[in-house]
Amino acid sequence: MPAEPDRHGSDRIRGGVGEALPHESAHLHVTGEALYTDDIPLPKETLHAAIGISERAHARISRLDLGPVEAAQGVIAVLTAADIPGENNHGPVVHDDPIFATDVVEYAGQSLFAVLATSVRSARRAARLAHIEYEDLPPILDTKAAVQRRSFVLPTRTLARGAAEDRMRAAPHRLSGSLAVGGQEHFYLEGQIGIALPGEDRTMLVHSSTQHPSEVQRLVAHCLGLPAKDVVVQCRRMGGGFGGKETQPALLACIAALGAWKTGRPVKLRLDRDADMLITGKRHPFDLDYEVGFDDAGRILGIRLTLASNCGRSADLSEAVNGRAMFHADNCYYLSDVEIVSHRCRTNQPSHTAFRGFGGPQGMMLIESVIDDIARALGKEPLEVRHANFYGAAGRDVTPYGMVVEDNIIGRIVDELAQRSEYATRRRAIADFNAANSILKRGLALTPVKFGISFTTTHLNQAGALLHVYTDGSILLNHGGTEMGQGLHTKVAQVVAEELQVDLGRIRCTATDTSKVPNTSATAASASSDLNGKAAQAAARTIRERLTAFAAAKYGVAADEVLFRAGRVRIDEKADLRFDELVGLAYHARVPLSATGFYATPKIGYDPKTMTGRPFFYFCYGAAVSEVVIDTLSGESRLLRVDILHDVGASLNPAIDLGQVEGGFIQGVGWLTSEELWWDAEGRLRTHAPSTYKIPTAYDWPRIFNVDLVQWSRNREDSIYRSKAVGEPPLMLAMSVFFAIRDAIAACGGGSPRLDAPATPERILTAIDALRATSADTRTG
Amino acid sequence: MAGERSIRFLLDGAVHTVADLAPTTTVLEYLRDHLRRCGTKEGCAEGDCGACTIVLAELDEGTIRYRAINSCIRLLPTIDGKALVTVESLKAESSSALHPAQRALVECHGSQCGFCTPGFVMSLYALYRSDRQPGEDAICQALSGNLCRCTGYRPILAAARRMYEYPDSADAGHEEDLKEKLREIQVTGEKRQSTAGSSYVAPCTIAELAQALAERPDATLLAGGTDLGLRVTKDLAHLPQIVYLGNVAELVRIRSTGQHLEIGAGVSLTDAFAALTAEYPDLRGMTRRFASPPVCNAGTLGGNIANGSPIGDSMPALICLGASIVLQAAAGSRSLPLEDFYLDYMKKDLRPGEFVAAIRVPRARPAQVLRCYKIAKRFEQDISAVCGAFAIEVAGGRVRDARVCFGGMAAIPKRARACEQALIGADWSADGVKPAVAALATDFQPITDFRASQGYRLRVAGNLLRRLADEASQGAADLSVWGHAG
Repeated sequence: MPAEPDRHGSDRIRGGVGEALPHESAHLHVTGEALYTDDIPLPKETLHAAIGISERAHARISRLDLGPVEAAQGVIAVLTAADIPGENNHGPVVHDDPIFATDVVEYAGQSLFAVLATSVRSARRAARLAHIEYEDLPPILDTKAAVQRRSFVLPTRTLARGAAEDRMRAAPHRLSGSLAVGGQEHFYLEGQIGIALPGEDRTMLVHSSTQHPSEVQRLVAHCLGLPAKDVVVQCRRMGGGFGGKETQPALLACIAALGAWKTGRPVKLRLDRDADMLITGKRHPFDLDYEVGFDDAGRILGIRLTLASNCGRSADLSEAVNGRAMFHADNCYYLSDVEIVSHRCRTNQPSHTAFRGFGGPQGMMLIESVIDDIARALGKEPLEVRHANFYGAAGRDVTPYGMVVEDNIIGRIVDELAQRSEYATRRRAIADFNAANSILKRGLALTPVKFGISFTTTHLNQAGALLHVYTDGSILLNHGGTEMGQGLHTKVAQVVAEELQVDLGRIRCTATDTSKVPNTSATAASASSDLNGKAAQAAARTIRERLTAFAAAKYGVAADEVLFRAGRVRIDEKADLRFDELVGLAYHARVPLSATGFYATPKIGYDPKTMTGRPFFYFCYGAAVSEVVIDTLSGESRLLRVDILHDVGASLNPAIDLGQVEGGFIQGVGWLTSEELWWDAEGRLRTHAPSTYKIPTAYDWPRIFNVDLVQWSRNREDSIYRSKAVGEPPLMLAMSVFFAIRDAIAACGGGSPRLDAPATPERILTAIDALRATSADTRTG
Repeated sequence: MAGERSIRFLLDGAVHTVADLAPTTTVLEYLRDHLRRCGTKEGCAEGDCGACTIVLAELDEGTIRYRAINSCIRLLPTIDGKALVTVESLKAESSSALHPAQRALVECHGSQCGFCTPGFVMSLYALYRSDRQPGEDAICQALSGNLCRCTGYRPILAAARRMYEYPDSADAGHEEDLKEKLREIQVTGEKRQSTAGSSYVAPCTIAELAQALAERPDATLLAGGTDLGLRVTKDLAHLPQIVYLGNVAELVRIRSTGQHLEIGAGVSLTDAFAALTAEYPDLRGMTRRFASPPVCNAGTLGGNIANGSPIGDSMPALICLGASIVLQAAAGSRSLPLEDFYLDYMKKDLRPGEFVAAIRVPRARPAQVLRCYKIAKRFEQDISAVCGAFAIEVAGGRVRDARVCFGGMAAIPKRARACEQALIGADWSADGVKPAVAALATDFQPITDFRASQGYRLRVAGNLLRRLADEASQGAADLSVWGHAG
């Protein structure tokens, strides 16, 4: 927001913690003045790059003739693996992602070479002119085929506790079932982009639209054979990330840097939407299976869950994604005797990657379908069965991975939500409607969410910040997190404003920059306000302590008699200075006015070998009730109403948190309903633009909505101002829509529908048919 | 006759004159690369995300019409004579502050990553300028061409309502000034541009158009560009000869006679649909879902028909209504029933030098039951898996006449003759239409693709006929989920 003077006499600062302020860039967003990577002015000699990609899902390259590419109009250079002075890899964990494939291509869309030309169109035209001869190899195009052929990118993992098999055998009831959940394209509105500007003495400045500048820095350095100190990566903001800019931007940054290295000219590489969707990874599709034994109340006694994920051609972040899927296969439910098996399948698709929820949603979809099936098998209200299985007091409070759930508030949230959404009344009304209507059917579902906060890779739970106070009292803030629209910079600046008791208008949060805060973790795992907020708080406290010590010494008072409040500093009875006055005095007294801050999440620790311990600092909770109507003639569905109650602890900024809840919810609705990734029989993605891949529009927001943050929640752990993370958990509230659709389908026949996600009209119609066929069999048989 | 070379348009009150630029330069490219006005964004380069939305202001009988369009697929020469309004312009038209749309978006927390925001601002700006009291659905429709991946839309919808609480931020006299300047740059004669390897001709009369096409039988005929633009941005096609028909006044006209409604080939979908639904209110369901306002404001009904995609949504209904088209060439014109125009996949009965000049839609007949249903994965701005249109005449509880036509079921928009035969004479009821439903399997062998499988298409096509019978028997306008009140 524009700078405003501190309001003298007011007892509160403007823009402290807990205020529902607009996004720090809102005024720039609406005027078009916010600069994204593609908007950065560049020298006129800048070259434009385009990537030449594989058209085959799996093939040996028998001939790659780049002659026509080099000869094309406007082309300055062509880049291949042979041009890479360092390592031909952009894989973040396992080094298995070549920047340019050499002998074999392993998915349609894989990068083979790049063109540098004087214009974007010239580069893109030329990239299509290569003569490529392929010898096709047998592709693996889905999870099932991969499991059958034991095609894995990483070893299968099993997490087990108790005696699942014995308990299932002894249980009064037994069920098994399966569902497939599709992947999801991130569809950040700003496509992937990287710019490299060569500097003096073998250095490189990279502008990357990335959630992970430090990793881009590391991979560019490896690609060029440089030490990290010679590469600087900056990102002021992204036009959306959602996990899709955690590892994926490195490929672009490496190619741009390589081009700049080779030509000595700046290089910009911006993918068009189709290239972006063909080249980059997506949310992992999963095949999910279960066997469960349960009692008459629907309480789970023993359970075996199998999660087979389609990881695509390489490892990328699949170890952590699948780990999180396993850690969320319990959702809010206590599973005493449990076996969770996780297959990480290698297929000939792009390497699937981080996406909001990071495996958690897929794990939770499985257990929610188990609960739904149990309820339908017993003829019980699903909400009752959910209640019966919730984590509880001692004896029912330990997760399959051995972490005690100490902060459980799901029961209270669900009860409050059921009441305020009039769940029971509407359940009856819907039953009446369905009895009276044969073509349209309505459905209702309440689903809960429990989501663990922290990177499960423990060492990533650290953050740094850098704070400068200038002699006029204005403040420059930098931290390791990136801004992708989630309001991180706003929240972190609010923390600093609160700590120093100055108006937010005094503070500018600058572009994320590897030369300011080093060795940062990705802005991911929902934890960035937690981590960077704490780091910035530490830096602000250092500054405040120095100013306090200075003021105390100068005026001869005790440190605790120096009070920062509402833009002023009161030094006992002796002085009452404006913040900038004190800063000016401190400067003249040679007090350092720049500080770093660091934070490492306490308490967590987890053994990746045994998959046990405390991977999470705390849990976020929430629940949603959705009501839908479906058309049994066409399979179309419509979301009629949603009620949400979501826990963000003591909110740092309720407006921003509400935005995350609503936006996450709708993004999840898209994943589970209209967003279908469709690969053809040759393994080519055929839905690679918004004309064919359908994310929700404004019409899809329900006409009736009641979305609230839990007002009484405070984080029981010492998080930043007792707030909780918010980025990912709300996405899973959308499960309520999927299970409401299932509920509506169930009204067409008896029993439990077999429905895969996304629940497109065709899948819904298929599920209705299958259910009616089964019901008919049951009646006649 | 050598036309004038340069094109002129207004931007922030100043006349911009452009010549010697490749005619395939898009408005978006011009804004970003030539003028460095980077507020307008590229999200998809196919008119499906709205990040590039800008507004075109044009004189329309003494008033100014403001229409949102997609700048990513709009070719620059086609904004000749118009005023271009971009997100940056809003500052220029006001000496005070943010436009109400901008202010409301800030206050309602309507931006997160902000990349889609300028596009939303411009769609809201167009709405603010053209509709003072939009209802909920009008707001949704106005925003249907804008994708946001962050907010879930709730705060943007709230902003769309709130902006009306604020007075117009434009300075007094802004609009009068704009009118005056627009009058000065009106296109009055044929324009011709040519740059290295490509030529562009924009005639102003039918005769000039016919002549231009006669001289260039291989030329690409351009109207709204909502399809052709993609050949430029996606196929990176080089279009050596473009003939633009949007400046031909006779083609941008709707005439109503006793027999039919004649819609000129250059009439925008927005205007064509307004006329069509005034005559046939039952087509509102189809026109509502046809495409977003930016697409309908640019695209033409003539283009939809002449393009002849098997999944174009206007043809099934028009064929059911017995529409015909006027095909014009330098030598003369002929008329053809629309259904006879389509020969095979993307193949039409169109002779060299010929162009679609008009669509003639018969006037409504009171006894007719008319419906057009669209089935897609998403309500707004999606392409049909199946689009089914039905025109049924019933007498004494029996079907007297039936015309049934589908999109998405064959390589062309195609009548279901066997289905029609089975309907005629049948009892007009859910049971009575069963043989006609079964007959669809004779009419169609649809394909399986990413929109739907063959089995689903066939099944739903039949179910749409069942839906129609249900609606007719219940006297209901819409029994689908979209008409469901909840």
